Amino acid sequence: MASKVIHAYYNDDDILMQAVKKVKATKHHIEEVFCPFPVHGLDKAMGLAPTRIAITSFMYGVLGLIVAIVMMNYIMIEDWPQDIGGKPSFSYIENMPAFVPIMFEMTVFFAAHLMVITFYLRSRLWPFKKAENPDPRTTDDHFVMEIEVHGDEKTLMDLLKASGAVEINKVEK
Amino acid sequence: MYTFSNRLKIGAIILMGIGFLGMGIGFVTVPASPDEAKEMVAAHDDGHGDTHAQEGDHPAASADHPAADADHAASAEHDAAHDEHVYHQLTNRPWSALYVAAFFFFMIALGVLAFYAIQRASQAGWSPLLFRVMEGITSYLVPGGIIIIVIFVLSIMHFNHMFVWMDSEVVAEDALLQGKAGYLNPTFFLIRAAIFLGGWILYREVSRRLSLAQDASDDDSNFKKNFKWSAGFLVFYLVTESMMSWDWIMSVDPHWFSTLFGWYVFASMMVSGITVIALITIYLKSKGYLPDVNDSHIHDLAKFMFGFSIFWTYLWFSQFMLIWYANIPEEVTYFVTRIEDFNLPFFGMVAMNFVFPVLLLMNSDYKRINWFVVMTGIVILAGHYLDVFNMIMPATVGDQWTIGIPELGAVCFFAGLFILWVFRALTKAPLQPKRNPFIEESKHFHY
Repeated sequence: MASKVIHAYYNDDDILMQAVKKVKATKHHIEEVFCPFPVHGLDKAMGLAPTRIAITSFMYGVLGLIVAIVMMNYIMIEDWPQDIGGKPSFSYIENMPAFVPIMFEMTVFFAAHLMVITFYLRSRLWPFKKAENPDPRTTDDHFVMEIEVHGDEKTLMDLLKASGAVEINKVEK
Repeated sequence: MYTFSNRLKIGAIILMGIGFLGMGIGFVTVPASPDEAKEMVAAHDDGHGDTHAQEGDHPAASADHPAADADHAASAEHDAAHDEHVYHQLTNRPWSALYVAAFFFFMIALGVLAFYAIQRASQAGWSPLLFRVMEGITSYLVPGGIIIIVIFVLSIMHFNHMFVWMDSEVVAEDALLQGKAGYLNPTFFLIRAAIFLGGWILYREVSRRLSLAQDASDDDSNFKKNFKWSAGFLVFYLVTESMMSWDWIMSVDPHWFSTLFGWYVFASMMVSGITVIALITIYLKSKGYLPDVNDSHIHDLAKFMFGFSIFWTYLWFSQFMLIWYANIPEEVTYFVTRIEDFNLPFFGMVAMNFVFPVLLLMNSDYKRINWFVVMTGIVILAGHYLDVFNMIMPATVGDQWTIGIPELGAVCFFAGLFILWVFRALTKAPLQPKRNPFIEESKHFHY
């Protein structure tokens, strides 16, 4: 689908935030904002749906905790019980304090790694993928706001210029 | 300017009155002699025995008791020593209740002072709007510190036996205490306490003065001076706080030691302090003060409550696991006492200080809901009161502990005094600093 979009460049995250709020207030649709680093509150200003990655993170953490418990129970209690420091390993619950560091680490490990993998899958990123950002400067020191053009292009351009954009380009997509 | 509402003032005075009464009852009902103590404990046990007999639910338990009694009777000498011990535990109880509550509220003010100094030294941009609230809370250092010093002086004069190493008869028969006498002796103990308190109160007063002077001046020189004082104070604080925890808390168990005890107390102090900042801020905001404080400030405080709760648990568990694993008799006795005689408060405190805040404050949105923060905050404060309780009571009162009139009375009394003193300090200056260089950033703070 061929459509016309405008790329507005900013070089400061605070100015960008103000501009996003202004553009949203005039009912224009912001397709995407490309940033060199995460900007706090940008998702809320753009009106994006809240991320659900925190929920997946919690579930992965619980999964890691369960894996750790099952694993240590098998290794230390069922398969090869040993008498360590006068504490014979015949019961998981009595030896539990010794397993807490493992339970903690596995929770963190599962939550962190699976969350990163989920993030990559969800944002369709994989090794050697061609970059989607319109301008390499968005990986350095510029922010780009991509806006769909509907109707009055002139007022939108004026609005963007007034909002502190350092460069404005019209692009066929 | 904040005006102290009459309802809150009267409420605080009533709390103090009730608390004073409760503590008085605690002191009056103390047994006058070992024999009386024996009768009190026996009466207590009989009461239990009767109900057991009537219900007939625990035949095994009542059958056990005669056997145990027979054992006791076997050595009359041991029995007398035991009575003497129970007598001291019972006489210690109202004193310990007083000390635990006094230290708990003092600890809140000290934790807030450290948090405030960190904000100053790191030149944080989000928090200047809350500085006056923090300064109000730290004003409690003066009365709280004086009360603690008075309790120490009375302990040294043998009004109680909370600190056994203060008793020269005990030290004379104890080789370990003789070895520690160079550090643990009443004179040096009081000198150290005076240095700690003097340093903390000095920083508090200097920083408060510079903070107020900054509002009236036309450059940032006071702000810069405050930064230097705060950075210096943090160095002083880290050393003295750790030593304070050995002196004031760990020395009630003078044979036992733990190298991370200072950090453990610090974690408790920080989380209680930050919780109180959040509670007072939410209260003031609900009364229409602090108009520029927004949800994000509350969110940040709740994040700190959440984070320091986990930090506290980490230290609690680190201390427990190493001692549990190594199983060295002189160390492990500390936890044996707590698990056997203090099972409910010991593990209940972990639920209140860890499980509860983790589950309630984990969700980002819940950290912005005021009543959620207040509810979690109250549980955290109760949990950290129990933490101090578990640090003091096993050594001073042992298995004769209860949470009854003396304990609750002491909490009420100090809560009243704390509210009265802190809110009176809040009325003394505008609640919002005017010329802090970061005040604009703080007003526009969003996460």
